[in-house]
Amino acid sequence: MKKEEVPQDPGSLGKVTKELCYATDDTGKYTTELSQGWEVKMGALDVAWQDIAERVAAAKEKVMRRQASPLLYFMELKLMDVAVLAGYTGFWKWQVRRHLRPAVFSKLSERKLRRYAEIFEVSISDLNSVSGHEDRV
Amino acid sequence: MKIEFEHIQAAHCENGVTVSLLKNIGVQKITEPLAFGIGSGLFFTYIPLLKVNKGPAFAFRTMPGLIFKRTCRALDITVRRKRFHRKEKAQAYLEDCLQAGHAVGCQVGVYFLPYFPKEYRFHFNAHNLIVYGKDQGRYLVSDPIMEHPTTLSDLELERVRFARGVLSPRGQLYYPVANGPITDELIRKGIRRGIKRNIGDMLHIPGPIAGVSGIRYTGRRIKKWRDSLGLKQAGLYLAQLVRMQEEIGTGGGGFRYIYAAFLQEAFAYYPDDVLMEISSSFTRSGDLWRTAAVQAAGIYKGRLGSQADFDQMGDYLLEIAELERQCFTSLSKIKWTV
Repeated sequence: MKKEEVPQDPGSLGKVTKELCYATDDTGKYTTELSQGWEVKMGALDVAWQDIAERVAAAKEKVMRRQASPLLYFMELKLMDVAVLAGYTGFWKWQVRRHLRPAVFSKLSERKLRRYAEIFEVSISDLNSVSGHEDRV
Repeated sequence: MKIEFEHIQAAHCENGVTVSLLKNIGVQKITEPLAFGIGSGLFFTYIPLLKVNKGPAFAFRTMPGLIFKRTCRALDITVRRKRFHRKEKAQAYLEDCLQAGHAVGCQVGVYFLPYFPKEYRFHFNAHNLIVYGKDQGRYLVSDPIMEHPTTLSDLELERVRFARGVLSPRGQLYYPVANGPITDELIRKGIRRGIKRNIGDMLHIPGPIAGVSGIRYTGRRIKKWRDSLGLKQAGLYLAQLVRMQEEIGTGGGGFRYIYAAFLQEAFAYYPDDVLMEISSSFTRSGDLWRTAAVQAAGIYKGRLGSQADFDQMGDYLLEIAELERQCFTSLSKIKWTV
């Protein structure tokens, strides 16, 4: 890649910092150049976030139909899976999986709920509602 | 407390931390490409069964942590490294290091890193940054991918140092201690060893998923993705490939440009014209990776989608595999005289 060809497409990272790229100058010698971003990889990032949005919506649907506890919704919203959530809360994975069942979730003690609420950065009462959290991620 | 420290921006976080920490203890000659090459950073692997953020796992570089370790070992520099069970101890140890005048590298997760743009916050735990002091209750942080140094509060730093999930850092911190002067001879040896190790990694790992054969394998799999996964899922997989290849930290072209720059710098230590020729081949390889990325973007954005387009995508990777095989084969034929 030549120095002049380093892409400068405006993107989300460009607002915070520019990234360093390696490119060649006129004589073919390597040098560095700052890049604002590249359309191609921004597209890739968009695809990833679209997928997340769809998964969150699907989780919400499941919670509404009482096929899963609200934990599933928050887990997807925070891009976590059972292993990551278990890691942060200190529960075992099988416990988290059990808490994903609505019947079990509704009987959880406040102490256990607090551990989830802290990680999801919401209050304990918010843990029961699955709307209005999307834009606060 | 504050340590005299110069912030350096780098393409890749681990290279950047390596270069900055070494500069801090007086090793001036190691640049980012040299650190990457001596640490044998270039790699490729595709592990279909392992999932990262619900997509397949691709890697264009070696395991996190190895570049720093190998570069330091090659230069006869001791690395002090520590992990913790207790958060309080981790913080106390960090403050002791700062008191003693060591800037330290920390492994962190990016999900809770406040200065990162929200779009980049995934549960990715192999990011590295340097803490070089504390001022008015906030840690002074030099993150190599940022243009300028930044700060983090006690709680913010603790949270990213104790991120959970795959490769969780467990508060890991590390700093180098020099044992003797860094001579050109040491660097020369390091370069030779780095290149030789990289040849082994790319050409001689058995099995189909690592190195050059990994690229070929991925190319062949991609051609089948349209039928086996469906357009949407295939698009997601390709987007994942492009992100691993181009996102912050790669220097563009899946680290191939950094490696090309390394070979040019190696030429200064080993004046052999072959190195320059191979360097331009790696530039071509980086360009090809980017061409492939454009093709992939066509697919995940919905502009392309026929089987012919997937075949084209797979063929790009086969072409890259052949090119890189030639590169490493000619590297392996170099007679190291000095």
